[in-house]
Amino acid sequence: MYLPPFRYVAPRTLDEAIALLREHGDDAKVLAGGQSLLPLMMLGLARPGVLVDVNGIPGLDRIEADGDAVRVGALVRHRAVETDPRLRAACPVLADAAPLIGNIRVRHRGTVGGSLAHADPAAEVPLVATALGATVEVRGAGGARDIPVHEFFRGYLETALGPAEVVTALRLPARGPRMGYGLAELVRRSGDFATVSACAVLGLDGGGRCTHAAVAIGGVGPSALRMRGAERLLIGQLPGDRTLDDAADAVRAEVAPESDVHASADYRRAMARVMARRALGAAVARAGGESRAAGPGAVRS
Amino acid sequence: MSAAAGAPREWPDRVALRFALNGRAVDAWAAPHDTLLAVLRDTLGATEVKYGCGEGVCGTCTVLLDGAPINACLTLGVHAQGRTITTVRGLAAAAGAPGTAAGDMHPLQRAFVAHEAAQCGFCTPGMLLTAYALLADHPHPTRAEIRTALGGNLCRCTGYTRIVDAVEACVRARQGGDRA
Ligand SMILES: Cc1cc2nc3c(=O)[nH]c(=O)nc-3n(C[C@H](O)[C@H](O)[C@H](O)COP(=O)(O)OP(=O)(O)OC[C@H]3O[C@@H](n4cnc5c(N)ncnc54)[C@H](O)[C@@H]3O)c2cc1C
Ligand code: FES
Ligand code: FES
Repeated sequence: MYLPPFRYVAPRTLDEAIALLREHGDDAKVLAGGQSLLPLMMLGLARPGVLVDVNGIPGLDRIEADGDAVRVGALVRHRAVETDPRLRAACPVLADAAPLIGNIRVRHRGTVGGSLAHADPAAEVPLVATALGATVEVRGAGGARDIPVHEFFRGYLETALGPAEVVTALRLPARGPRMGYGLAELVRRSGDFATVSACAVLGLDGGGRCTHAAVAIGGVGPSALRMRGAERLLIGQLPGDRTLDDAADAVRAEVAPESDVHASADYRRAMARVMARRALGAAVARAGGESRAAGPGAVRS
Repeated sequence: MSAAAGAPREWPDRVALRFALNGRAVDAWAAPHDTLLAVLRDTLGATEVKYGCGEGVCGTCTVLLDGAPINACLTLGVHAQGRTITTVRGLAAAAGAPGTAAGDMHPLQRAFVAHEAAQCGFCTPGMLLTAYALLADHPHPTRAEIRTALGGNLCRCTGYTRIVDAVEACVRARQGGDRA
């Protein structure tokens, strides 16, 4: 219940936040929803001297959608991702991933920017961002820059963020016609981080062949990983059961997980195949014009 | 707030907080590192808010911040500044039933009693507030939706069945009321 003391400042502008982060260097941390940082501090695993609270900076919690892209501000809470109708229309896969995060209390405080910056390998926002080839917008003393998501995640809890850089938004491509997605994850107990998670995004042409295929798997490496081998097997094919089985088998061969207290490497590999297969099945059903009738948004087991 | 680079900054070690607790304005001094849970329990004596895990997992510290369920253990006291906090004591009044005051029972609370949905009672405040927030958003959830919504609140005693029964009974009683 008790946190170690720290100095606290709540800037009203991004520039001020960045100046504070520069001034205090490694001793300072951004505070967003606090649902990852505060537990780490509670456990003594992080001990920043200065917290730069970005919750009061106006404009960071906006959701903007035009025809081609959705821009989700860093301070948008997981609960808003889950419930915002514009976001659901433009990027249903992110909206369906949000309720899989933790519990309702975590979702009311936790933010999209915090999830990206924290970079947990089993987290849902990074998984979906990876499958969609999203872009992370960041700002630092040198100005703003865009980081493609595959360059943003550098390793376990590691990102390409510079010491005084702040995530400002996540930019995702909007759902196109004849595009479908699927999500599946294995969790031990409701609210836990996933042991293994999968997100598939498929695009079909008029003849029903795959023109676009993206498969991302979480929980099998230091960050969510794209399954390039499986994707190659899908492109140009009619995604029938055989093709999806082959792609799922390729996922099993492509992942190289490690054993830990939650699951052995073999089990993770086997479950990566199962979750990928379920996600692919749901993606085909949705892309095939069955629109949102592919059952529950996300399969959890 | 001014942050001219290099200007000496003052770091107050106490902040004067004012927020609405169960419909009443309260004032409290808090250090920036005091969690909302510590402010509520230690400073304001709101010991109906329980401390279980301190890590956001168990749900017994649940309070409503402007109506939304949050982890009091993972929220700073300063985040309550100028806002509305509801604990289980304010449930009946928060529901706005005429003539209710802090301490009165909400229909959910009466259903918990009728269904014997508490044993030790440690999880009960969090369960009630989470169920209340669910019904505010979805007045007629299914049993499966109730189970999912309460999935983040742990109970060591009841096996959950009676808790879900109580919430479901409350929903059914309401539906009856709607039809009448
Ligand atoms: C019980 C529990 C269960 C959870 N389960 C899940 C789950 O199943 N799936 C899941 O994905 N997550 C889960 N989480 C984590 C949750 O989603 C967090 O909200 C999220 O990981 C971090 O977001 P935050 O806003 O709370 O960040 P904070 O905790 O405030 O910050 C996390 C880190 O990111 C940095 N940071 C935050 N915002 C920015 C920014 N804009 N720019 C730069 N750096 C920034 C901070 O300095 C810190 O290092 C769970 C948390 C809890 C407590
Ligand atoms: S004490 Fe806050 S969730 Fe357990
Ligand atoms: S009644 Fe004892 S924890 Fe739920």
